[in-house]
Parts: sequence; C-alpha cells; structure tokens
Amino acid sequence: MQDALRLQVDWHSGGIEGAAQLAAVVNAVLAVGAGLARHVLVYRTVTESSAQGSGGRSGIGMDGGGGGGGGAPRFGGPLQWSLPFRAYSAANWLAMNCHRHMHEFGTTPEQLAQIALNGRRNAARNPKAVYREPMTLDDYFAARVITTPFRLFDCDAPVDGSTAVIVSAAEHARAVDHPVARVEAVGTALRGRPSWDQWDDMTTMSARDAGAMVWERTDLTPADVDIAELYDGFSFLTMTWLEALGFCGKGESGPFIEGGGRIALDGELPLNTHGGQLSAGRLHGFGFIHEAVLQLRGEAGDRQVGGPNAPGRAPEVAAVANGGGPIAGAMILTKEDGR
Amino acid sequence: MSVPFRVQPALDDENRFFWLSGEDGCLRFARCGDCGEWLHPPLPRCPACGGRDINPEAVSGRGQVWSYTVNHHSWDGSTEPYTIGLVELDEQQGLRLTTNLVGCAPDEVHIGMRVRVTFEQQGIVWFPLFEPDPDVTDPEGGS
Repeated sequence: MQDALRLQVDWHSGGIEGAAQLAAVVNAVLAVGAGLARHVLVYRTVTESSAQGSGGRSGIGMDGGGGGGGGAPRFGGPLQWSLPFRAYSAANWLAMNCHRHMHEFGTTPEQLAQIALNGRRNAARNPKAVYREPMTLDDYFAARVITTPFRLFDCDAPVDGSTAVIVSAAEHARAVDHPVARVEAVGTALRGRPSWDQWDDMTTMSARDAGAMVWERTDLTPADVDIAELYDGFSFLTMTWLEALGFCGKGESGPFIEGGGRIALDGELPLNTHGGQLSAGRLHGFGFIHEAVLQLRGEAGDRQVGGPNAPGRAPEVAAVANGGGPIAGAMILTKEDGR
Repeated sequence: MSVPFRVQPALDDENRFFWLSGEDGCLRFARCGDCGEWLHPPLPRCPACGGRDINPEAVSGRGQVWSYTVNHHSWDGSTEPYTIGLVELDEQQGLRLTTNLVGCAPDEVHIGMRVRVTFEQQGIVWFPLFEPDPDVTDPEGGS
C-alpha cells in the first residue's frame, strides 16, 4: 500500500507478532508516543470470503497445503503437535478449551449460544453486517456441529473487508470537530507458555494476562466500562474475555450471559454491538476497535448505545479485546470531546 | 475403521525421537537430567532449572483425558466423526499431548477418562494415539 499511494512515511511496521491483532494498534501508539510519527494509519485487509468462495481454501490433504513438495504435506514447528492428529483448525483447539470450561464450571451449550444470538440481534441494526436475519435458539441448535461443542454459528463468518484506524498524538483531539477515542490503557501481557495446548489453565488462555495487565495501567475499573467489544472468532473466546477483563468472576461467564439480557444493546454491558465476527463478519479483530470508536463518537446509527434503540447513557468507556489461545491483546478506550 | 489420512511431521534432530518412539511400544518425552522436569514440546534448555542435559525418556503411556472434541466437519475429505483429545500424562501435571482418542465411540469419551497410549504406524512415523485404559474398571475413570 505504501507503494500504491506513494506514501512517504517516517515510520512503518508490519507483521503479526505481538498482542494479537491489536498489536498493530499498540505499535502505532508506541510510535506516536516515542515521537517517530504524529499520525499513523493502521489497517487490516481480509479476503477470506473470496478465498473460500473460489474453490475453497487450500485443503489439508495429499495435494493440499503445507508445503514440502510431493506427497503428504509435512509440518515442523508448533503445528506438528496438532495437525497430525487431524486437529486442523483453531475450532478444534478451542473446542477443547470450551469443553474444559464446561467441565470445570458447568457452563452450558445454551449459555454459549447467547454469544451468537446476541451478535445476531445487534447485526440486525448494522447495515454492513453479513448475517442480519433473526436467529432463534432453535435455529442455533439446528445448525450443524463443527466440532463439539461448537456449532456453525459459534464460528465467525469469512468476509472481504478492510478496516483502518488512525492513531494520532493526543493533542490532535483539539484539532477535530468530533469526539475521539483516547487510548487509556493497553494489555499486552503473555505470562504463560506460548502454546495452544500446553497453557497452564485451559479455561483462561492468554486473555487472562492481557486482561489483567490492562487494569494495572489505569485507574478505571471494569465497573466503569460502558460497552465491550470482545473478540468472537469463536463464541467461547468472548466468554473468556468477559472473565479475563473482570466483568464477571473466573468461570462465571456462563451465568453472566444467561438469557442474553445483560449483554444486549440495552443491557448493563452491551457486548459486540455491531454483531461481532459471528454475524457482522470476520474483520479479524479490527472490527471491534472500529465499532468501539463509532460508539464513543456517537456514530453507530441504529445500534448506538444511548440512542433511540438502546436508551440510556451514551458510552464513555469501551473495552476492546482481540485474540484467543496464546495470542491476546486488550485495550481500554475513553471518549474525549473534540474542539 | 480404515487408517485415516495424517499430516506428517517434518522430522529433525529435536523431534525425531518423539515421532519414531512407538517402534518399541514406548512413548517418550524429553526430560531434564538435572531436575527431572518433563519438557513438551522438546526444548534445548530446561525451563525449570536451566539444565541442558535433556534426553528422551520413556513414560508409562498412561494418563487422563484433560479435554476433547468430537470433530464433525470435513477438513480432510473424511466425513466420519472422530475424537481429538488432550491427554495429560500421569508423569507430570500439565504434561499434555494433543492426540486422537480411539477404541471407543465418540459419545463414550469423557473428561477424566483413564487412557493409555497406542500407536498407529504410517511410514516410519508412529503416531501416539490413546485408547481407554483396559486396566481401569471404574467406568468414570479418574478425577
């Protein structure tokens, strides 16, 4: 993109290492803070819908992905510990985390379903969402099983899309005529093993660490948060983030979302107000920060918290989280008025 | 059930022992000769004590199902459901292996079920899978 636009940049960064997808935004915050840049364009583009639509993603098989010339693909590195056992997808890996959560805390499939149902309800008010038709609990359970306990609507929806976030020096807020989102705190910690299956506590994953760290860097508390935009690449991940960020106790996310009222647009903690990746589409993490900024700016249209469809206080503090497994990043954003 | 397609590991000096281990019926993990810590995946340095005397050592091959999932989606062309398990070995808390649970129907698997290793040979690689431990009579297994 730098070449296409012939941009002359003082700082640039690419790649995927770090605190999940939010790492790119955190890097921009650091660059601005260090004075390397005054404004940073951070973007992510996904083309998974096209990739899967035009004959499917490269399959796992004798002629499939994985590299290594002819014959069966061979894998070294971390994937050698999952792919040979036909655990091909993060769906498989995270389904085991979810099962363990159900085993330890009594979390039920009906509770898990609330993440998908909540996303669909909110997506109905988001003109850019891909799945907007109503979904009932029966619809959810009627969908095919992917890998127990995950059903189809526990898995996010591939889309084509780009999301851009501009990170600017704080004093720039006075130069614009609309509210902006201020980065209050970030959580980037990884305090357990960088592994999907060797993580010490399967029910938490690294969300635990990023979630704890974000509160170590602010005087705000979970009770101050007005809206939560929490990664739902798979439904269960949102539940781990609710616990990791302290909106409920460890293991208590099932009862917390029971029935869906508390996390609805007009509930005490509106969650994934654009529909999340499950219904709005998989912008791979960036959709959550985009939605948080829209809500803080009061530009979320029919789904605006504090608007006609969700009466109450306009949001001033948003929690954003990305990632699952050993990859996690969290961020607290606050509303700041423009000039 | 026929032998399923399996992605093959790319063998190197660090992992070869693991993937060939089943030839004599034993499952092996890397272990620190200084403090006895089991390491998985294999590492050149012990994260518990810093020791560098790391060598493969046989385990009992017994453990419990820490978690599992029954896969229904056809990722590799097969449409038959199969069970992916995460087994914690008896030797050390947290010493876990992602594997397949075989020798029992998917709906018979439960967390805490006692299992033991069994190997499936494909080429020179012996894939360590787990089956219900026949020496355990308690149908609910361990913890």
